[in-house]
Amino acid sequence: MKKRWGVRIWRWSIITVVGAYLIVPLYAMFDFSTKPFGFQDKGRTLRAWQIIPSQQDLMISIARSLITAGIVMSLILFLIVPTAIWVHLKLPLLRRPFELLCLLPLAIPAIVIVVGIAPLYRWISIHLTESPITLSGVYSMLILPYTYRSLSAALDAVDIHTLAEAARTLGANTSRVIFGIIMPTIKTGIVNGSFIAIALVMGEFTISNILNYKTFQVVIAQIGRTNGNVAVAVSLASILFVLVILLAIPTKKRRSAVLDVDLV
Amino acid sequence: MSSSTYVQLVDLAKHFGKVRALDGLSLDIAQGELVALLGPSGCGKTTALRALAGLQELDRGQLIVDGKDVTFQSASKRGMGMVFQAYSLFPHMTARENVEYGLKLKTHKTAGDKRKARSAELLELVGLSTHANHYPHQLSGGQQQRIALARALAISPKVLLLDEPLSALDAKVRTQLREEIRRIQMELGTTTLFVTHDQEEALSIADRVGVMRNGQLEQIAAPSELYDRPKTSFVAEFVGLTNPISGKVSGGSIEILGSVVKTLPGSVTSGTGIALVRPESIDVVASKSGNAKVAAASFLGASCRLNITMNDGAKVTAQLPSSDAAGIGAGATVSVSLLDMPVFVKAAG
Repeated sequence: MKKRWGVRIWRWSIITVVGAYLIVPLYAMFDFSTKPFGFQDKGRTLRAWQIIPSQQDLMISIARSLITAGIVMSLILFLIVPTAIWVHLKLPLLRRPFELLCLLPLAIPAIVIVVGIAPLYRWISIHLTESPITLSGVYSMLILPYTYRSLSAALDAVDIHTLAEAARTLGANTSRVIFGIIMPTIKTGIVNGSFIAIALVMGEFTISNILNYKTFQVVIAQIGRTNGNVAVAVSLASILFVLVILLAIPTKKRRSAVLDVDLV
Repeated sequence: MSSSTYVQLVDLAKHFGKVRALDGLSLDIAQGELVALLGPSGCGKTTALRALAGLQELDRGQLIVDGKDVTFQSASKRGMGMVFQAYSLFPHMTARENVEYGLKLKTHKTAGDKRKARSAELLELVGLSTHANHYPHQLSGGQQQRIALARALAISPKVLLLDEPLSALDAKVRTQLREEIRRIQMELGTTTLFVTHDQEEALSIADRVGVMRNGQLEQIAAPSELYDRPKTSFVAEFVGLTNPISGKVSGGSIEILGSVVKTLPGSVTSGTGIALVRPESIDVVASKSGNAKVAAASFLGASCRLNITMNDGAKVTAQLPSSDAAGIGAGATVSVSLLDMPVFVKAAG
């Protein structure tokens, strides 16, 4: 019994430390956002929070970042996932080079990517559109290391070759095999990859700031220069907002019936 | 069962680098027949099956099913039902959805009701109606392979292809399921090609068994003929156990263990040869003036296996009904003779 108590105490202390590590900064943000910041404020105030909806720039930037995240997600689903499946299924020799290529954005600092990509975006903004949504192009490159890793792990965990062959003998063509059989099988990997992608798009600052696009994080930084309380309130709101989005993404759980393993 | 040829594999060849997986394999299968391909690993049996399924391209050869050349037809259009060695049920679908999958693709116009009726019928056939709404991870290995069988049969395949479907299962389930496969196959009359490395499995359920070696068919015959009248030494040695006993061959007979027995066609015709004698062809009788001694006896239930050392030092293994072996234990002196069954004789050395 003594040993059990020891384990329990140890477990709870770890949970407390990790929990504190995550929650204390968030609480500090909340605390700061409710501090008085004008002459009219006496004591605690929620004015910083109340101001948020009136910041037009902010609302537009949230919408833009969400649209960008949506585009990045569809690029993942319709481009990166089928490509990863194709490489695993048909081009095993290309697996290593493909993996290396996907890891590159991690090795190259964002600032270097910006310098390289700036002329392209200059051309885009002059000849096509100035919309920050075009950033989805560079973002879908930035997310590659994370999404590809999680997809690759999911693909390695199942025997996709046999599943694909079984589906083919039953009459499925290549697109049915990829979209109807393999993608649902590696659903968890796709969802995990998409989570990371959304979080990255909503939180990206360096590239959009240097390329002079008003994305969510850039606008928060701008507000922060004029009113710290509002900036912190918005940051906290954005964290909670992304959290809600991530939780809202449908992840249909397998119906868990009683596991009955008969002999045959 | 009609004896007309339904499936023809003509002169199939396939190389993987320097390895010849198929080297001029030809095989005819009659409608409704169950043919098993048996052979050691790497003999090309699975390659042949996959080629027929359309999952393996060939270097050379022709595949004809029901009078049509399907050599270049894609796997999705061939209408072959296949059960794989590895568990291959789609993990995100229930057992019923798995069975209905092929029907959904095949017949867009078929009403859902008809599909449901068909899947219910097949689940019933494999004895898993009560598991229709289970997901693959909720089923045992044997159950998964039954569902895979139902799924393959749902599309009313031209040929049912079984790629060692039982090898991942434990012995008892394996025996049960192979009998069930045979029952269902006979019931539906589905032409079936079954690939296995387990000779007991092949001999027990197939109409004909083809023994493969180095990408070629060594011999194809009914199980009993394959066992009793092998045409090559490889078949004699691969299927069942044999005692290699050397003796003198002349005029279609060989003299071994003091008896003269006929040799099978394909055997060595003269000089010294090595007869490949089945353990059940050796007769053992307890006798004080016998020509051999029992080194070890193992009881196998219905039969008994005796390891015998002849007086000249040669070692043979005999297998006889337990009732006949009563009283013959290790150390007993026995007299050994041969039953009058033709044997295959290979060249000495």
